Amino acid sequence: MTTETIPAPRSSYTPPRKRRVNWEKWGWLYMRVSGLFLVVLIFGHLFVNLVSGAGVRAIDFAFVAGKWADPFWMVWDTLMLVLALIHGANGMRTVTNDYAHRPILRKTLLGAILVSTVVLLVLGILVIYTFDPCPSNAIAGTLPAFCKAH
Amino acid sequence: MPENSAGTLAPPPAAKPKIKPPRRFAGTLYRGREGMWSWVLHRITGIAIYFFLLVHILDTSIVRISPQAYNGVINEYKTPLMGLGELALVIAIGFHALNGLRIILIDFWSVGARHQRLMFVIVILLWIVLVAGFAPRQIMNIILEAQGHGSA
Ligand code: HEM
Repeated sequence: MTTETIPAPRSSYTPPRKRRVNWEKWGWLYMRVSGLFLVVLIFGHLFVNLVSGAGVRAIDFAFVAGKWADPFWMVWDTLMLVLALIHGANGMRTVTNDYAHRPILRKTLLGAILVSTVVLLVLGILVIYTFDPCPSNAIAGTLPAFCKAH
Repeated sequence: MPENSAGTLAPPPAAKPKIKPPRRFAGTLYRGREGMWSWVLHRITGIAIYFFLLVHILDTSIVRISPQAYNGVINEYKTPLMGLGELALVIAIGFHALNGLRIILIDFWSVGARHQRLMFVIVILLWIVLVAGFAPRQIMNIILEAQGHGSA
């Protein structure tokens, strides 16, 4: 009789590990960490814009100008934009991977998500940081009270 | 002796375990019942909020065109139909956020998975409280706006 070591059934072959970044793991973690921040950011945003004062009735250009006169709300809105858009886009990536089985369709959708995310991130950040509360093309009565030129 | 011919080293079979089958399918963390329905709702609300966010970034960007252009667009958000849309949005975000916290607790709290069903009940209760707090306020604002009372 020969003695042979037979691997236990069902133990799978484990190839030597290559050191690679586990993007899926970081994406998974990102969904949870960003979610925690978004609870505070989004409910704060909804409270200030829809609940307090006159709610949605109060929102107009002057309302936005009043908020973005304060760096606090510029940072708040930037964080909310970046965290929510990437959270949503990564979630949509998961949904796309689940349902779009044809490779061409899947790659097209994933590409569209990536492109729209980058474009909207750049647009949104530019809007917040190039915002002019007293633009010269304003018609009367649309500017916040602190624009004295009109 | 057919009973003994296929001799193995297996021990004689123990007495049959006495586990009663559940009367109906009890589900797992993700299949059937709360686990699955919370996932379905989480996915639907997440997708809906995502598409709203795309539109919301674009409509807010109109502040860079002109104050009157922005006011024109934002006035659409004050119509009764859109007012109800905002209510629906808050209802969707309310569930997604509360259930998102439940997911985080299931994943990171050592006994989270064991309490997922109880946490789902808590999510639904908090959700009802949230909506009950917001809906009257929003409906009041819709009615006041429709009656011509803009912002104070
Ligand atoms: C308010 C705070 C929020 C919390 C606590 C939260 C939490 C979560 C969590 C924990 C997941 C699960 C990820 C996974 O299963 O790996 C998730 C998925 C998702 N979230 Fe959020 N989220 C929030 C806001 C948002 C917002 C604002 C959007 C839209 C822009 C969004 C869109 C999505 C989408 C599309 C998914 C994927 C759903 C799926 O895979 O079934 N979430 N969220």
